[in-house]
Amino acid sequence: MRIHLTSVFVDDQAEALRFYTEVLGFVKKHDVPVGEKDRWLTVVSPEQPDGTELLLEPVGHPAAKAYRDALVTDGIPLAQFEVDDVAAEYARLSDRGVRFTQEPLEMGPVTTAVLDDTCGNLIQLVTPSR
Amino acid sequence: MAEDLFKALADPTRRVILDELADKSGQTLFEICSRLAMRHQIAISRQGVSQHLAVLEAAGLVETRREGRYKFHDLNTAPLRQIAERWPLPGPSGPEESTP
Repeated sequence: MRIHLTSVFVDDQAEALRFYTEVLGFVKKHDVPVGEKDRWLTVVSPEQPDGTELLLEPVGHPAAKAYRDALVTDGIPLAQFEVDDVAAEYARLSDRGVRFTQEPLEMGPVTTAVLDDTCGNLIQLVTPSR
Repeated sequence: MAEDLFKALADPTRRVILDELADKSGQTLFEICSRLAMRHQIAISRQGVSQHLAVLEAAGLVETRREGRYKFHDLNTAPLRQIAERWPLPGPSGPEESTP
């Protein structure tokens, strides 16, 4: 068994695709129309084009909004991405106007930061401490 | 008011929360929980941390603010002044300086 796909609910798929590709730096993998306006839309890391896909899933279910709002209020991230250098990513993304709810912080075996993906979710960046 | 302050300070976990907020003000609940777990090996539920924060807030030592969709916690040390006013600190030249 392998983890092939994981997902985040996004407010707007087009806007999410823009943020996850142009700002974070992922690349689009699949984009297939599903139903009237939804898409099966996934991105991958350019460093691992055959790696785990992230599905940018439309936030259709009414419960999803309450769930995400409660997590965002308390600063709880819904996904975690590994980067080579959290501090460098923090600088790069802050310059591009990305909002962080937690600045880079060394916590024992890892350094983490938490950012707002502008589509309704918080994302944690992590780098193993050297 | 003073009672709330002493009660809030009496708990070691709450004192660690104050230490971490002194290190950096403006933390989400998630960051506070992460710091307790990762830096202090304090295993406590998120609900437990919330309860500690409520006690600290009642004593005026922690203030919360909403900023857009997020909620941040800030340290406010002003209530600690009551302690120094009740039991004054020695002056810079020592406690024996007072005139008889």
